[in-house]
Amino acid sequence: MDIAKGIRTRKGAKINLKGDAEKIFSEIQPASAYALKPDDFFSLAPKLLVKEGEAVKKGQAVFFNKANDRVKFVSPVSGTLQEIVRGPKRKILAIRILADDKKQTVTHKLTALDKASREEVVAALLESGCWPFIQQRPYGIIANPDDQPKAIFVSTVSTAPLGVDYSFILENRKEDFQKGIDVLNKLAADKVFVGVDKDFSGIFGEIKNMNSYTVDGPHPAGNVSLHIQHLAPLNMGERVWTVRPEDVANIGSFYASGIFSAQRTIAIAGSAVKSPKYFRTTIGAEIAPYLENAQLDTTQPTRVINGDVFTGVADHSKGYLGYFNNLVSVIPEGNNFRLFGWLPFVDNKIPSLSNTSLSRLFNRKGYEVTTNLNGEERALVVTGEMEKVFPFDIFPMQLLKACMIEDIEKMELLGIYEIVPEDFGLIDYANTSKVEAQEIIRKGIELMIKEVG
Amino acid sequence: MSTLRKQFDKLRAPFNKGQKLEKFAPAINAFDTFLFVPNHTTKEGAHIRDAVDLKRVMVTVIIALMPALFYGIYNTGYQHFSQLGAAFTFWDAFIHGAWKIVPMIIVSYVVGLSIEFGFAIYRGHEINEGYLVTGMLIPMIMPVDIPLWMVALSVAFSVLIAKEAFGGTGMNILNPALTARAFAFFAYPTYMSGNKVWVSEASNIDGISGETILGKLAAGMDVNYSFFEMFQGSIPGSIAETSTLWVAVGALILIFTGVGSWRIITGGILGGALMGFLFNLWSANELMSFSWINHLVVGGFAFGIVFMATDPVSAAQTNKGKWVYGILVGIFCIMIRVFNPAYPEGVMLAILLMNVFAPTIDHYVVNANINKRKKRWASQQLIKTA
Repeated sequence: MDIAKGIRTRKGAKINLKGDAEKIFSEIQPASAYALKPDDFFSLAPKLLVKEGEAVKKGQAVFFNKANDRVKFVSPVSGTLQEIVRGPKRKILAIRILADDKKQTVTHKLTALDKASREEVVAALLESGCWPFIQQRPYGIIANPDDQPKAIFVSTVSTAPLGVDYSFILENRKEDFQKGIDVLNKLAADKVFVGVDKDFSGIFGEIKNMNSYTVDGPHPAGNVSLHIQHLAPLNMGERVWTVRPEDVANIGSFYASGIFSAQRTIAIAGSAVKSPKYFRTTIGAEIAPYLENAQLDTTQPTRVINGDVFTGVADHSKGYLGYFNNLVSVIPEGNNFRLFGWLPFVDNKIPSLSNTSLSRLFNRKGYEVTTNLNGEERALVVTGEMEKVFPFDIFPMQLLKACMIEDIEKMELLGIYEIVPEDFGLIDYANTSKVEAQEIIRKGIELMIKEVG
Repeated sequence: MSTLRKQFDKLRAPFNKGQKLEKFAPAINAFDTFLFVPNHTTKEGAHIRDAVDLKRVMVTVIIALMPALFYGIYNTGYQHFSQLGAAFTFWDAFIHGAWKIVPMIIVSYVVGLSIEFGFAIYRGHEINEGYLVTGMLIPMIMPVDIPLWMVALSVAFSVLIAKEAFGGTGMNILNPALTARAFAFFAYPTYMSGNKVWVSEASNIDGISGETILGKLAAGMDVNYSFFEMFQGSIPGSIAETSTLWVAVGALILIFTGVGSWRIITGGILGGALMGFLFNLWSANELMSFSWINHLVVGGFAFGIVFMATDPVSAAQTNKGKWVYGILVGIFCIMIRVFNPAYPEGVMLAILLMNVFAPTIDHYVVNANINKRKKRWASQQLIKTA
């Protein structure tokens, strides 16, 4: 193992929220209902392969990507396809699968990894449904199997509020993770970079065949975009792939057994659950039983977020786990009025990065934060505040403005290829004018995909 | 609180969506959000938001203006009574000043906010809080005896031409408050310069010596104020700019809260000091030999650098750009003072000039980043073709 380079940043913010998950696994009866949501994948148009009422095996393809029919999405469990939930214009919102006890699986015959060619590995990953675990930069979409990436990045550091500890999640999956890294090495010609925390905690100190680097600093230091910018900056036309840590182990587990692995370890965390902790479950599982076990506070309206409080997707307590997230954040809704709450140094319990609040002095046990917007959207006036929380070598406000006016050339030159919406999560939070930065970037990237590809 | 809320909900019912007065919703919203931070929750993007909003930022600027405003009110009375030679108390002076200045503030707010409300209703957007600061600044930088209708006209000009014509808050090129002053200065020069306008009711008094220090210097006269008097501000001048001491208190508030850019303020002081020092070496006339440190405390220099140059919309927006912008404002301010005897105070024109050039400064700063990226792309292509 060699340490490629350490990444240290000072720009950003560490926001300490109340309700960090305790490092214990709670064992409960596995959920019975599951859902695959095409919206978990950026700009994906799904094409169904299974009808309502049909039985599906674990690992059986349920739908594929219209843009590339080799990319298949498989059922995480054995059961029956119960319902296809559609929205406006018959858009597929979710494919609900009811699990049964038959435990039927699709098993693939694989060439041993050390003898397999790159093409064989790619074909196996595509056929098994493992491919969607691999995302590409630019744009943060599912990787194109025909591309040769410059490198593959895995960040095992989560710096977002209530972030999970991947060394704890992967504690007893060392072999799977190692195998996964070996598979990725096949895909990227030994250019696999893994970001670890500065202490090399957990299993990551013992993994071989990867270029590891340490990451140290406040959020968004753990974001993989930042690591790519430091270690393999993207140039026009280049591709870098990214895989999330638990999916590396899932890919490894598939290569060890021939069976698609849909393991998803989640933390239910946040101030609106009484006993925040970790659970082992499966991709797409319904969240309700886990929320109940973590003792969701039902005395007040709450928001269940698939993911972290900056980048997650709002859901409700009857929702289903997102495809990728290891974290379900639960915080109180904030639909209340605050008399003269706009005065400086008033309501200091609301976390603020601005010195117009004394909130820093009130952060003993972590903030109890709500979803209130704390103001209204306004024109962009204040300058310099975005740069403070944005460690990239990019001018964030200028890039946002280029996206707003849809100036593609400007967007390219200002670095749209180097970021994804999640990197602007903290800017969403911090900016005075309450501008929806992630949404602006998302629309900008959609435009780039449409116009440039 | 909940009873107050209920009362207000009743009051605003006709303005809600689908109701009779829906079109005027921005007006009632402005009052509503003045009382309460609304109950809006996040709909997209990050689920949690910082406590800071534009209202809080603007109110912080107003708080920072207060020390200078109160001193300005007192100084107005002080100049009036001391020139009369009459005995007076602190309260006499303060009441005289308030009697002159409070109507100007009211006129500024009424005229400016009416236009803002009108545009918000016409364009169907919420009312931006920016005018709260502009409306306070405009009277603070006028000579005390300017007629109220001129204040009203200047306000209308600046809000319409400098701000709304460009698309409203956040879009303007020039600082609106300075545009108002520049309008008054060029449209009614007799009310804005000379030796009779800086002291309250000076035109009714014979034998007054109401010149500003810079006016005297430009005329080649000596100044008989000490550094401390100039710093503390008991000198004639526009209403709230005379006291560098209380402006500095405001500057500390702006810098501590992060609302005003310390880069621009520091850059401005450095630029002004440097230019003043260079002129000191040259020393061809009274203004040139006027010590560089005195240059920093007389006239509107301090007020302009702290409260006008730091306007984030019209200033440079990149951190490096802010340094360049600040330093150039300082340099041009002293240069205009020294080289333009017809108009001894240069800070207004220096800031307006740099407002125009701020986008150019930013362009070069951003271009450095773009060029770095282009270079990286080019080197990559070289490797590929090689």
